Amino acid sequence: MASWIAASRFMIESRSPWAKLRRNPAAIVSGIALIAVALAAIFGPILLPAGFGEVTHNSFLPPSDQHPFGTDLNGRDLLYRVLLGARVSMLVGIAGALVSFVVGIIYGMVAGYGGGQADSIMMRFVDVLYAIPRLIFLLVLISALDPLLRRGMETHGLQALIGYSKIVILILCLGLTEWLTMARIVRGQVLSLKSQQFVLAARSIGQSHFNIIFQHLLPNLIGVALVYLTLTVPAVILDESFLSFLGVGVQAPLASWGLLLSDAAQVINPIKGYWWLLVFPAIAMSLTLLALNFLGDGLRDAFDPRQRK
Amino acid sequence: MLRFIATRCLGLIAILFSVVTITFFLVRLMPGGPFDRERKLPEHIEKQLLAKYKLDGPLPEQYINYLGDLVHGDLRLSTKYRSRSVNEILADSLPVSGLLGGIAFCVATMGGVLLGSLAAAKQHTWIDRTAMLAALFAISLPSFVIGPLLVLVFAIYVPVLPVGGWGTVQSLILPSITLAAPYVAYIARLTRASMLEVLTQDYVRTARAKGLSENTVIYKHALRVAILPVVSFLGPLAANLLTGSIVVESIFSIPGAGSFFVNSVLNRDGFLLAGVVIVYCTLLVLFNLIVDVLYGFLDRRITLYD
Repeated sequence: MASWIAASRFMIESRSPWAKLRRNPAAIVSGIALIAVALAAIFGPILLPAGFGEVTHNSFLPPSDQHPFGTDLNGRDLLYRVLLGARVSMLVGIAGALVSFVVGIIYGMVAGYGGGQADSIMMRFVDVLYAIPRLIFLLVLISALDPLLRRGMETHGLQALIGYSKIVILILCLGLTEWLTMARIVRGQVLSLKSQQFVLAARSIGQSHFNIIFQHLLPNLIGVALVYLTLTVPAVILDESFLSFLGVGVQAPLASWGLLLSDAAQVINPIKGYWWLLVFPAIAMSLTLLALNFLGDGLRDAFDPRQRK
Repeated sequence: MLRFIATRCLGLIAILFSVVTITFFLVRLMPGGPFDRERKLPEHIEKQLLAKYKLDGPLPEQYINYLGDLVHGDLRLSTKYRSRSVNEILADSLPVSGLLGGIAFCVATMGGVLLGSLAAAKQHTWIDRTAMLAALFAISLPSFVIGPLLVLVFAIYVPVLPVGGWGTVQSLILPSITLAAPYVAYIARLTRASMLEVLTQDYVRTARAKGLSENTVIYKHALRVAILPVVSFLGPLAANLLTGSIVVESIFSIPGAGSFFVNSVLNRDGFLLAGVVIVYCTLLVLFNLIVDVLYGFLDRRITLYD
């Protein structure tokens, strides 16, 4: 009885998560900035004059009215390239995070619900994967899988899409290496949920394990998992840019922020300082990452205050 | 304690075994062999090459043989850098990466702890706010933004430091700052948060009541406890510096082991790749073990054997 009163008082005192989020200015500003970046990434390349993405003779023009961000080594408009990079980086970030979300949730739920020996074996496996530096593993995985996918596309008459094979590979590989934390969080949630009475009730009326997992446990932990999804997106974007920077990620004529920064780093080393090649992609990427992290932190504080560090 | 170290060493072997296995088979999965060129090699030459590099025979047999060689410390020959062994290549390049990583490690831990305690001691002043704002930016900027920006400023517009290269003391400065910057920031935040918590504890009040100077209280009494979360971050720090150095070495064209990661993947140089991966993972796991033992010594409340 006493605990029930304490619980209800807690319910009254705590504001709703959305209200909490609205009182967090950093998160709100970040959310608006992200929507702006997303809109610019989707519509920007269409609205810019045609030919801005083409190779021309106007190499290394400094920023001007015509080319607000200047042009790159191949005479392409840098604003166009940055917006194209935003498309690819955000696409890879969101889709990769979604892959990790699905894998992490299923793995964590099976481990937590299974319990006992299965749980400990599955979690030891996660520990082993944690011990391997992820980016090293990614380098190997991508270089092994990319030629396989390319060959598969060639033999199945998908030559037109071959330029995009790298994006698919990046999404898969980043998703398949980024799910470890999600699995741990979901498993923890399942462990605490499965001893509660509604699970016992579901079992006592003869529901299957499948039903219990997907109809009773999943809706209860999806909120926390979604919050961590927003924190996974910037991590995946950062990893993608790392790989593109090293030359195993997205290839020209496509662009990603990592690739643009890598191009910039290559032409900046000689005596001439083409600062715009570095500064504009760097600003775009840093602001997006910063905003994603602020928003993720804000969501976490609002929806899952116990996990706050 | 001994039992703990023994179990962890067993774990180390298990991890290395899985790493070797995964790398070996992933490399063999890649289409295209290490000797594929524009023109196809005559069959007997290719056969001889494969035999020289022990790449002939059925795959399971190759795998067993490779494990045997590894146990004897032989990382085999590189198929790209002909006639050089992986052991030689690593012996040349690892000390370079090690020096860079070591400097960055010291900069990150010492700089971070100092900045963090300073910010905590001056909480609610402009020092604290500036330091934490700077830390936020350093954390969210990836090293391949910080590095070229530093080059742009300190090597091109104000030419006081070299753009890249290796061999002089000056050429060490920009790479180590680039590598260490995010971790200085992270450790500073970690130290500040933990220090603020420690400063509310009773023994700190006692130390102040005794009339000790503020510096003695913070840097001698409080820091000893506040530093514990930093110690547990040292393991991940080493891991991040190892992978981070791949990028930093490429920005500043430093002849370290990092470049072999990418190149060996592109050249299908399986044994070199496996060698680099094995060495990096060993270093990492060993380092984590040392950190855990160290932690047990620093904080007597922790027992390592369960």
